[in-house]
Amino acid sequence: MENQLVKIARQFIDALPHSKRLGMVLQDLKEGEATISMPYDPELIGDPVSKVIHGGAVSALMDTAGGAAVMSHPQAGIGTATLDLRIDYMRPATPVQTIVATATCYHVTRSVAFVRATACDDDTARPVATATGAFTVVKGRSA
Amino acid sequence: MKKPEAVATVKRRRDAALAAIVGQIPYIKFLNVSFDRHGDELTATMAYHDDLIGNPMLPALHGGATASFLEVTAIVGLTWVSQWEQIEQGELDLEALQGGAISLPKTIDFTVDYLRSGLPRDAYARAVVNRSGRRYASVHVEGWQDNRDRLFAQATGHFLMPDQDAKRT
Repeated sequence: MENQLVKIARQFIDALPHSKRLGMVLQDLKEGEATISMPYDPELIGDPVSKVIHGGAVSALMDTAGGAAVMSHPQAGIGTATLDLRIDYMRPATPVQTIVATATCYHVTRSVAFVRATACDDDTARPVATATGAFTVVKGRSA
Repeated sequence: MKKPEAVATVKRRRDAALAAIVGQIPYIKFLNVSFDRHGDELTATMAYHDDLIGNPMLPALHGGATASFLEVTAIVGLTWVSQWEQIEQGELDLEALQGGAISLPKTIDFTVDYLRSGLPRDAYARAVVNRSGRRYASVHVEGWQDNRDRLFAQATGHFLMPDQDAKRT
């Protein structure tokens, strides 16, 4: 049974216009952890020769998953914003395959939430990219 | 003394090269990003549209849209700088440039620093190539909206340069 916070966060995340435009679907959400998928789309190609999705689209997926992990964390809150996000691109995502990112909000202070994320295509043993980020925490939410 | 080239010829060559670089990346079109050129200086514009919004309650640009915009600006800026000499010498066959003839650098890492929330209006960005070697490059990008001095985001990225030798064989 999903708790109230996760339910509110789910509704909010499902309504983000840019994430919707990129075809993102929230696959799983629990306290402080989010999994979001993004299907392959030729409009998102960054390299015309290899047909690989542009890194920017992967960044958007990582940012959305990171924000979702923060929103669903009991000590953070819905009104979060990204302070800093670093993405490491390990390998090109295989064309036509869906990319799935999982983000974990592993630490929250009164002001900042810290997040780690990993993105994979069908070959889940070799991540496409990893990310670390810091997000804002809405005042008054933390105990 | 050699007679200087006609301004129209110079502009046509540079604009064709820029259009070829930009036109081969579908994601630039998806984001609605365009590039203005003054000499060798490029300024990117991400024209506002509702699909760029992250938080509809504020409303504010999605952090991912901002990151994408800055990364696209960095890649085009780096490609532009690295191809400039060839463009100026007329070594690039502009007819042949359609459909991916210019190899693009690959992003190794990209770090975005969000300074203020992105407003629901056009955003601008410029890239500076701080170091461009044979294999690696480091690029810094600044993004702003209404005031050039009030950045809403900046980013630094490292890129793997396309293999020049492989391309010539």
